[in-house]
Amino acid sequence: MLKGRKPYFGILVFPGTNCEMDCYYVLNNLLKVNCKYIWHQETKDDDINAIIIPGGFSYGDYLRSGAIAKFSPVMSFVRDFAQNGGLVIGICNGFQILLEENLLPGAMLRNNTLKFICKYVNLKVEDADNPFTSNYNKGEIIKMPIRHNEGNYYIDENGLKKLKENNQILLRYCDENGNVNTDANPNGSVENIAGICNESRNVFGLMPHPEASCEKILGSDDGLNIFKSMIDFISKF
Amino acid sequence: MLKVNVYVTLKKEILDAQGLVIKKAIKQIGFDNVNEVRFGKFIQIEINDNNKSEEEIKKEIDYLSDKLLANPNIENYKYEIVRN
Repeated sequence: MLKGRKPYFGILVFPGTNCEMDCYYVLNNLLKVNCKYIWHQETKDDDINAIIIPGGFSYGDYLRSGAIAKFSPVMSFVRDFAQNGGLVIGICNGFQILLEENLLPGAMLRNNTLKFICKYVNLKVEDADNPFTSNYNKGEIIKMPIRHNEGNYYIDENGLKKLKENNQILLRYCDENGNVNTDANPNGSVENIAGICNESRNVFGLMPHPEASCEKILGSDDGLNIFKSMIDFISKF
Repeated sequence: MLKVNVYVTLKKEILDAQGLVIKKAIKQIGFDNVNEVRFGKFIQIEINDNNKSEEEIKKEIDYLSDKLLANPNIENYKYEIVRN
């Protein structure tokens, strides 16, 4: 329903969000597509055809990361938007919010290192047949930064089985040669999972920051293809 | 007035990294007899309603715990109701 249109991104802003400007910069300045901020008190928006829930510390990460944000007025709009097939991407804290909201399965635990991690990681693109990673090749190794304290993805065995059956695991932490193993797992995530989508493949959550890896001067521009994939998907009939 | 004390902990099958580190520290202090340490959260809620039955209060706290205080995917909760 939202395809074949001029891309127009809505970037959600909660109290404590801090990556919204990076997202805006990438979309507006680098990719020259329409975007705007959407304050967490808003309850509807008729302009946009994609939603970004950016990183940060919404509501100070009180109680659990993302736990309070899910009760913001804007989240009922996000729920309806996602249920109608709209593209929603949650980055870092945005991923945590989507998990708390149950738009994605599983939950986040504290990093098994008990440390805040801020570094570049290598990621393996496990699936390219979806609106978010279609501009990569399956199996491609890309580099993006992570910066989080609660990125230790957990899902029970049944849930994991379902994720695999439906090819919902889009990104895994790996080493520079693409080996997915414990050494390349920065935070203890189940099976090195760094990003997953929902069953209908229109909601995507990932811990790495694509918006912070869109220019070579930042060390990597591998994140750009996430946004390009979304733009292609929306623009195509 | 009544108080509800809610305790939230990670489910048994989930590795509790904070609990493990606390256990290590306890052993460092010299207590060798500690088997397990589970880290959790304690939330105290004061309610201005003495007319509600125990049943009604429990229903409300269960709802609140499932929806907000705990994440049922990873956490268990228990609580006690204290009437003044």
